[in-house]
Amino acid sequence: MLAFLIKRIGNAVLVMLTVAFFAFLIFRFLGDPVEMMVNESATQSDRDELRARLGLNEGFLVQYVRFVGNAAQGEFGLSWRNQQSVIGLIAERFPATFELVIIATLLSLAIGIPLGVFTAIGRGRWWAESLQFGSIIGVSLPSFLVGILLILIFSVSLGWLPGYGRGDVVNLGWWSTGLLTQSGRAAVVLPSLSLSLFQITLVMRLVRAEMLETLRADFIKFARARGVRRRALWFRHALKNCLMPVVTLTAMQVGNLIAFALVTETVFQWPGMGMLFMQAVTFVDIPVMAAYLCIVSFIFVTLNTFVDIAYAVIDPRLRAA
Amino acid sequence: MTAIEPTPATVRKMPSKWTRLRQSDLWWSFTHHPSAIIAAILLLVLIFSAFLAPWFTVQNPYDLASLDLLNAEIPPIWMADGQWPFILGTDVQGRDLLSAILYGSRASIIIGAASVAVSLVIGSTLGLIAGYHGKWADSLLMRAGDVLLSMPTMLIAILVSALARQMLPPYLREAGASGVIVFAISLSAWVQYARTVRAQTMVERNKEYVQAARLIRVPTWRIMLKHILPNTTTPLLVTATLNFGLGILIEATLSFLGVGMPPEQPSLGTLIRIGNQYLFSGLWWIVLFPGLQLCLLVVSINVLGDWLRDALNPKLR
Amino acid sequence: MQFKRILATGAALLALSLPAMAGTLKWGASRDISSLDPYSYGDSFALGVLNHSYEGLMRYDRNLKIEPALAASYEIISPTTWRFKLREGVKFHNGADFTAEDVQASLLRATNPKSPLRGNIPAYKGSRVIDEHTIEIDVSANYPLLLNDLTTIYIFDAGWLKENNAEAPTDVGSGTEGYATYHENGTGPFKVESRQPDAKTVFVKYDGWWDKPQHNIDRIELTPIASSATRVAALLSGDIDFTDQAPVQDLPRLEAASGQVKLLEGTDLRTVMIGFSQRDQLLSGAPNPMKDLRVRQAMQLAIDLDLIQKRVMRGKSRNAGALVAPLIPGYDAAIDVPVKADPEKAKALLKEAGAEGFEFEFNCADTLVNEEQVCQAVASMWSRVGLKPKLDQGPRAVQTPKRSAGKVDVYTLGWATLPMLDTYSLTSQVLHTKEGSFGIFNWGGWSDKEFDKVTEASAVELDRTKRLALEAQSLKIAKDHALMIPLHQQPLAWATSAKVADFPLFSDNLPRLWLVKM
Repeated sequence: MLAFLIKRIGNAVLVMLTVAFFAFLIFRFLGDPVEMMVNESATQSDRDELRARLGLNEGFLVQYVRFVGNAAQGEFGLSWRNQQSVIGLIAERFPATFELVIIATLLSLAIGIPLGVFTAIGRGRWWAESLQFGSIIGVSLPSFLVGILLILIFSVSLGWLPGYGRGDVVNLGWWSTGLLTQSGRAAVVLPSLSLSLFQITLVMRLVRAEMLETLRADFIKFARARGVRRRALWFRHALKNCLMPVVTLTAMQVGNLIAFALVTETVFQWPGMGMLFMQAVTFVDIPVMAAYLCIVSFIFVTLNTFVDIAYAVIDPRLRAA
Repeated sequence: MTAIEPTPATVRKMPSKWTRLRQSDLWWSFTHHPSAIIAAILLLVLIFSAFLAPWFTVQNPYDLASLDLLNAEIPPIWMADGQWPFILGTDVQGRDLLSAILYGSRASIIIGAASVAVSLVIGSTLGLIAGYHGKWADSLLMRAGDVLLSMPTMLIAILVSALARQMLPPYLREAGASGVIVFAISLSAWVQYARTVRAQTMVERNKEYVQAARLIRVPTWRIMLKHILPNTTTPLLVTATLNFGLGILIEATLSFLGVGMPPEQPSLGTLIRIGNQYLFSGLWWIVLFPGLQLCLLVVSINVLGDWLRDALNPKLR
Repeated sequence: MQFKRILATGAALLALSLPAMAGTLKWGASRDISSLDPYSYGDSFALGVLNHSYEGLMRYDRNLKIEPALAASYEIISPTTWRFKLREGVKFHNGADFTAEDVQASLLRATNPKSPLRGNIPAYKGSRVIDEHTIEIDVSANYPLLLNDLTTIYIFDAGWLKENNAEAPTDVGSGTEGYATYHENGTGPFKVESRQPDAKTVFVKYDGWWDKPQHNIDRIELTPIASSATRVAALLSGDIDFTDQAPVQDLPRLEAASGQVKLLEGTDLRTVMIGFSQRDQLLSGAPNPMKDLRVRQAMQLAIDLDLIQKRVMRGKSRNAGALVAPLIPGYDAAIDVPVKADPEKAKALLKEAGAEGFEFEFNCADTLVNEEQVCQAVASMWSRVGLKPKLDQGPRAVQTPKRSAGKVDVYTLGWATLPMLDTYSLTSQVLHTKEGSFGIFNWGGWSDKEFDKVTEASAVELDRTKRLALEAQSLKIAKDHALMIPLHQQPLAWATSAKVADFPLFSDNLPRLWLVKM
């Protein structure tokens, strides 16, 4: 078990070092920071002096090691656009993205699981099949289009829900939450719905497949023969069996949701990390781009490693792999 | 798995390819899935109309000289101010929307298909080598895959597309735009193919027929291409179909975010991005029709992919 | 009965207290400011927003005339020395007294080599504190525009800067954050209460303001809403009370909702123009035909200003013949005659010059009104006379480095002569040969001895009439050489909710909310 742990964590560290390497390449070679920082009238000696001060004259490896060292301490320098510490900027935006992703995840479970169950037990009926077909449309709709349509209908035409921003937020220490105010709760509805649509169909299809598999299993047939009621069978036995894969999928998808929140946040003006990143892309704010890449990958890798280890704890056979 | 190499004894008279297709399980399944048939027909119509567009559209929307501001913002033909020949109306530059949609679909389809082709070729080559060779080649590939999959596809695509476009020399920027997007999508998409092929190769590598081929000194590349690769086609086909749809979606998203196709060569995503600025000004058709076309395209591909996955999955037979 | 009376009184009291509570103005802008430090980014919009908290020695009044703000009076004691008498009894938001030390510290900070605002006060040489409320400023030469420059050199509290280690502007290279990026301490009518970047910045009324408030606003909430459709929806639903960027294409809809929304329309001071590279080679390496006057004229004749005005700008812009707007000192109506489109003549001129169908890059950014659409329309008009423009459209931050490095063939430029509000801003920064502090925005590399001479002469001419005549002469030379093609003055469209009573419109497109009555 210990060997497995070490191997898995070592692997994750290796992946992170490589990601950091890419981030460093972007940081160092795309968009010369010196050209971005000096004013137009700066002389060559001004530039040379700044270059030396930034440590850009040192060897490549030295610079990389320093970049990784700083990154590990969460030190990514200052944003070129805002002149604020990059890690501070990201930390400030993190709660917004986190809340959005968590609510989208909860929505996808709350809607996806029942739909999955119904399409499984109603297999062959027209309503189940059309739901199943509808789920294909769900994965095919581009999320920005869904966002635009939601805004057009609920915000612009009906005026029911706000189509931008986060509403009023309450600060709890360094964490800012929009869930404690009326306007904050109203503001989260449309973006989380738009973000979760893809995830809903994913959960629904997984639950359906797992349910169909389980319903064919022997223990279900025996239970059936024993006279267990159908309803109890579906929800107590079959559903319980397919929850594990759903939890796994959900955990693994959190990273993807954070990445997809880029699009949702841009459409809904949600002041989260994704919007920060898109603004950084527009302003060629390289430190923010590099840091975002590192941090999102870190979340992604951590989650995956955690899921793997959790699996190994539950199922010892996987430890060899 | 399902496909078994015919031994010389059974090959007497090969039926024609068409007959073989007609007799296959896949064809049977296809003819019994109305949704798959509709999706296939729809997809064919969309592809043909997109590629034949230059012969029947009223203008070339990529040619700036053919645009006339006097024709800007004409609503669809069935509305009060509609004008022939602008069936679906025009955009803010006087671009015929139907032409722009068809040309845009062509760009989307080419980019989607090219990204599948590129990642399929690279992925299966690397997968074959890693699976067959094993050792360091294998661990190198797997680690590279781990790294790429540890960054969400969308994020890589945005980053690569945004940065690459800036690095391109100016005279290549216009022509290179679609190439950059293909590269940005393929960069992480190949991993999936590589892993599939690798797994299959590792299984096949130790089978007797491969051992036998090795004994009679069949060259390695021939074993890989002729004996192992055909066994991986089924799972690859499903992945490729679904990734085709995904590629089109990613392209549209990149263009919507402003890091994809440039405004003078509008793709569906670019049209939606521009239309979004006019959503409130009564110019709904600039968003609606490209959006609809995009959905039709991706839905038909995904319905086919979904059917293909079920049809080729022996468990569900 | 008694009970009812109490209730009624209560309701009346409540009604009375409501207007005071309603003194919140929600401002929906198209973008956010990047920092609370006015010296962190030399951008007009951010300076305009921060002007609510920080003030300079001078400021623009309701009619865009310069009036003393933190300075009480001034005198020119020698051609290169100005003496300012400072206003007494002014207090910073932290309670500190405003003195000459503060002015000196702020001037030092603004002219620090790392300050992006250095170009806003180019003639500055040094300053001397005479007594607590008197300061002398030295300039390099006769310089008539110092007062204009001082409107954007906002005054910090010297003690506060020192205490918080912010005497120099933030240096991104050093990796340490500046205190002033997050904190505000000015003398202005509003102080910053809280700020969440990209979400909301809240200003509240500063009771200790030195000036007699003409406004009745207690609180300003600045929210960036980038999408124009969403911004309009927010205005119609009452989520915001004011926007300084009502999209021109949505004006008819806003007009239709006249009960809820008031439109304030005008013409911006910003003139949109197109510039040409004057280098020997194009980016592609081919020889540059645009060095030929006939080619530049042909490109101008190919552009149908009326069509752009009518379609792209929805009839809201003003076609331009000169490179500055009528309100700018130095403007000459005789020059301001828009060129009529004549594609046939354009083709003939191109043929004559042997430049038919040449290919070039057209560098466009995203900051002007409908810039993407304007650029495409212009490119399409050029294509129609047989030219081959390659549109290179990108965000400003991507395009500006290319432009200032001279890596452009043809480019757009919007120039409002801010913050100077004088033709000299254009002639010295955009059209003068690139040397020293001149021609910083002369991206095309144009150089003309005669033009430079006239422009430099206007800089040291203290007689206003003579100076303006010289400036007009510069503009005439620019027009005769077709140095740049003027397109239009941008439309200015602000919109407020019905509850705003008096909202002065400013043609520099900067809202001054201390003059607003709700």
